[in-house]
Amino acid sequence: MLELKNITRIVGAETHIDNVSLRLERGTLNVLLGPTLSGKTSLMRLMAGLDKPTSGSITFDGTDVTGVPPQKRDVAMVFQQFINYPTMTVYENIASPMRVAGASRQAIDAAVQRAAALMKLTPYLERMPLNLSGGQQQRCALARAIVKNAGLVLLDEPLANLDYKLREELRAELPRIFAEAGTIFVYATTEPSEALLLAGNTATLSQGRVTQFGPTIEVFRRPDDLITAQTFSDPPLNTIAMHKAAGQFRLEGGVAFPAPAALGEVPDGHYTIGFQPHHLGLARTSPEALALQTRVTAMEITGSESFVHLGFADASWVMLTPGVQEFAVGQQLEVFLDPRLLLVFDSHGRAVTAPGRLAA
Amino acid sequence: MERTLNNKAWFLVLPVLVLVAFSAIIPLMTVVNYSVQDTFGNNQFFWAGLDWFEDVLGSDRFWNALGRNLIFSAIILAIEVPLGIYIALNMPKKGWGVPVCLVLMALPLLIPWNVVGTIWQVFGRVDIGLLGRTLTALGIDYNYVQDPLDAWVTIIVMDVWHWTSLVVLLCYAGLVSIPDAYYQAAKIDGASRWSVFRFIQLPKMGRVLLIAVLLRFMDSFMIYTEPFVVTGGGPGNETTFLSIDLVKMAIGQFDVGPAAAMSLVYFLIVLSLSWVFYTVMTNQGQETGK
Repeated sequence: MLELKNITRIVGAETHIDNVSLRLERGTLNVLLGPTLSGKTSLMRLMAGLDKPTSGSITFDGTDVTGVPPQKRDVAMVFQQFINYPTMTVYENIASPMRVAGASRQAIDAAVQRAAALMKLTPYLERMPLNLSGGQQQRCALARAIVKNAGLVLLDEPLANLDYKLREELRAELPRIFAEAGTIFVYATTEPSEALLLAGNTATLSQGRVTQFGPTIEVFRRPDDLITAQTFSDPPLNTIAMHKAAGQFRLEGGVAFPAPAALGEVPDGHYTIGFQPHHLGLARTSPEALALQTRVTAMEITGSESFVHLGFADASWVMLTPGVQEFAVGQQLEVFLDPRLLLVFDSHGRAVTAPGRLAA
Repeated sequence: MERTLNNKAWFLVLPVLVLVAFSAIIPLMTVVNYSVQDTFGNNQFFWAGLDWFEDVLGSDRFWNALGRNLIFSAIILAIEVPLGIYIALNMPKKGWGVPVCLVLMALPLLIPWNVVGTIWQVFGRVDIGLLGRTLTALGIDYNYVQDPLDAWVTIIVMDVWHWTSLVVLLCYAGLVSIPDAYYQAAKIDGASRWSVFRFIQLPKMGRVLLIAVLLRFMDSFMIYTEPFVVTGGGPGNETTFLSIDLVKMAIGQFDVGPAAAMSLVYFLIVLSLSWVFYTVMTNQGQETGK
């Protein structure tokens, strides 16, 4: 078990990591999700021992490892860039962590062959890394991490520099490999969809703070606050200001409707409402659904889905809808939203309630 | 249609051709012209065939100078390349130290060659030079004008002072282009300082190092100005390199024919040695997957 207690790292005048506490269990896959510069890499560097925390402590399996250099820790790391030793063959690259550890020839060969088979590198073992494709280079780096058989494996956006197709392929393989190993895996990504595909646990990061940590689906469906919901939504979460009074929700822009049953207890006042792009629809799916008069501002069509950018009062929303939809920019469009799916955040951005808690 | 386009392209290449013709081909052909003829002045030339080449290649004077050149280049490479790498490895990678170091390193490169020669000529003099007088005061018998070893040491130290910076700057450029993640990966792997150098820094510097070695080899093999200013090729002929000998022959003795033959041989040696260096080093690079 890796435990971070009140970790803070300050470099110069900048706070890179702000009072983070996390407990990561053995045999789990943990995703660090957050935009660029949210502190994912900084946190990983602290976990690896590449940096020392300004304050706080890190324990690994009950031993305090704060300030212990990485070579004395039981850790492996894979980076966004494809990092391999350029003058060694793929075989020697994969073998290198075991050579440093002084393993026997047979043990090394067995481990390398196994990792190479897992990473589909067997035909390329005698090649030089730079003569491989990007995906193969990164698989070589991943194989090195696997061979090390470390208690903690850190993957820092390992698929970010790969092309779309390869990314899909490797992303499908990774959870399977992780499941076999029984170590603590930490995987940093900027993409919410990647976190959902990998499942496991997710910690959402924003400006150096962990905003929420828990099972990935839980965090996605029941964000504790607005920042977490925004971090975990791609395309971005739709939001709008709302005022509650006399059992009515009144949206900025004038639409008023009775508060959904589960939100009836919420005290009167000002709130922010959030909902996912796919919660907006072109058809009324339930009798309670709100009809909203919006204006089309832009269209993006991927083929299987359409992203319709909408303007409603002063808010800009995105509607994610299946199939190819053709709307003219500027046209009026009536869209529907089920009020039971709304996330409601108070003026501090804390979730008042979320649909998961209402058995949605 | 395509034909006219192709013809037009020649106009774009023409300025370069003209420039190369005037800067390289015409002077080279003039030398070739001199090398196969004899002249007694008065612009009268007589066909001499390969006589001058036979003369040059059969003379001890040529082979001795060539030997001195090879020894000098070997010493220069053996000192400047490792020293340059060592300094580059120890230069700061960020902060205010970077511009300071870079400027300090670039300084010797900015000084005109004959000025470098003059600086060291004065610096090393036993009567008024700071270095010469200090060494003499310390009881060390140093006199580059009389002692061949002292002359060689002076020229080598001067060249190291003048040109190591070039190797440093090239290696430094190679080093700073290595992403930080490589060092972190090596740290996590538990690689030693030597392994980091051997398996990350050296291979990643390979290409610029090749350029550094080539440049330093060619320049040191063609050295003229500095030893000419400091020792004038002496004492005796101890520091007479091919270039110095060539100038003595062509301008001092006005033996234009042999001098032309010699410069062609000299040119071919530099060309072929550079080609060998380049081929060997790039092949090695490919073998190791660079």
